[in-house]
Amino acid sequence: MAELSVQNVTLGYEGRPVVEGLSFTVGSGDYLYILGENGSGKSTLIKAILGLHPAMEGEIRWEGLKPSEIGYLPQQTDVQRDFPASVIEIVRSGLISRGGLRPFYTKEEKALADANMERLGITHLARRCYRELSGGQQQRVLLARALCAARKMLLLDEPVAGLDPGASEEMYELVAGLNREGITILMVSHDLQAAEKYARHILRIGEPVFWGTKEEYHAAMGKGGSQDA
Amino acid sequence: MLETLQLYFSYPFVRYALIVGVLIALSSSLLGVTLVLKRFSFIGDGLSHVAFGAIAVATVLGVTNEMVVVMPVTVIAAVLLLRTGRNTKVKGDAAVAMISVGALALGYLLMHLFSTSTNLSGDVCSTLFGSTAILTLSPLDVGICIAVSVVVIAVFLLFYHKIFAVTFDENFAEATGLHAGRYNLLIAVITAAVIVLAMNLVGSLLISALIIFPALSAMRLFKSFRAVILCSAVLSVVCAAAGIFVSILGSTPVGSTIVAMDIAAFIVCWAVGKVLKR
Repeated sequence: MAELSVQNVTLGYEGRPVVEGLSFTVGSGDYLYILGENGSGKSTLIKAILGLHPAMEGEIRWEGLKPSEIGYLPQQTDVQRDFPASVIEIVRSGLISRGGLRPFYTKEEKALADANMERLGITHLARRCYRELSGGQQQRVLLARALCAARKMLLLDEPVAGLDPGASEEMYELVAGLNREGITILMVSHDLQAAEKYARHILRIGEPVFWGTKEEYHAAMGKGGSQDA
Repeated sequence: MLETLQLYFSYPFVRYALIVGVLIALSSSLLGVTLVLKRFSFIGDGLSHVAFGAIAVATVLGVTNEMVVVMPVTVIAAVLLLRTGRNTKVKGDAAVAMISVGALALGYLLMHLFSTSTNLSGDVCSTLFGSTAILTLSPLDVGICIAVSVVVIAVFLLFYHKIFAVTFDENFAEATGLHAGRYNLLIAVITAAVIVLAMNLVGSLLISALIIFPALSAMRLFKSFRAVILCSAVLSVVCAAAGIFVSILGSTPVGSTIVAMDIAAFIVCWAVGKVLKR
């Protein structure tokens, strides 16, 4: 069953299209890699998927999910680098849209945040300061936050940027584990090797546009062609 | 010394000054943490100059209660500044500088041209540095100050988690369905309100100190958002109260005495932070 279907969508700014005629679907439990060079429209596509940027043409349709129910792992910002916040404060902020205007978190919501920290192995860091953690630990914190917001789907925007190889590998395994638990994954990345290893479907935007299974991607790109993607 | 204080506190205007001072210090410190972390400190500075310009206009027009004019003008300026600041960063910066210096210059010019007061430089000085304004509040001013502070504090408590989310990560907050723009607007509007209040306490040139010092001091010592907010509030209130006492006993200007206290607190916090980290 398709959770998300994108039909013939054109994205752009101020009437200038960046991505044209994009069509793909994401099924429940899928693992989709979104590849593309800088400036090819990846971030515009992310915004469109999250409902923050309207499509110029075409349709983005959801089955049983709202854009706000996707767990989103954005790239880190400058502000966060010297931000005084404890891990638990950040993880709980993923619950923010659940409560409407209610000014506090309920016991159930707090339990959900605790469960997600447990799931990612960061319970022992709960009271630590975010900015003092290693890059890999910080990403786990942001992933736990995303899981607090996620109902069934996670959208990760270059989650291993700036991580060392060991930490990147751990991050990929963590995400693969979540995928095995039934969470749909949309991963934006430059990392072809990881795509090779984990992806079920691949969406490539920019020239040439491609959408299909990993095997079809191989066939379409040829053996040497995957180097420059 | 104690008798002197007792004597002073038998006057209602001194008690008013203390109540209003503490409330203003509390609301400005709550906002300060968010403003510093969002890199919005400059907006506070710009707005205070706009408020000065608005006071000049109110004085020239002979409005008896200046806050009626100053409050809406400053709130509108806050909304406008936030808009320009969001679109393009460099231009936004320049816009703030332009508006703030422009308001300062035109405000002084207007006062110079039209003021009927015999002591113009004294008037200007007290608007800029707050000298005795806090001791000459009318009961209406006190009422407005209390009401606005209570609203600011209530808004902050009600939206605490949302303000945290928007401050820490606007993109994420927006993606999970929080209207980050609206909360930025809310922050700008209550900043404007706090600035207009704080003009009574420290004058328009020194407001930024009241907003940023407690936040920066608290950030030297604490590492969670809640602890930083609490520490900043306590520091700000203690410094404001101490500043008011000292200024009464030593007949020093209230505003700059309070800011001097804030600076001292910052130095202590910075040193303690250094020692603890080794």
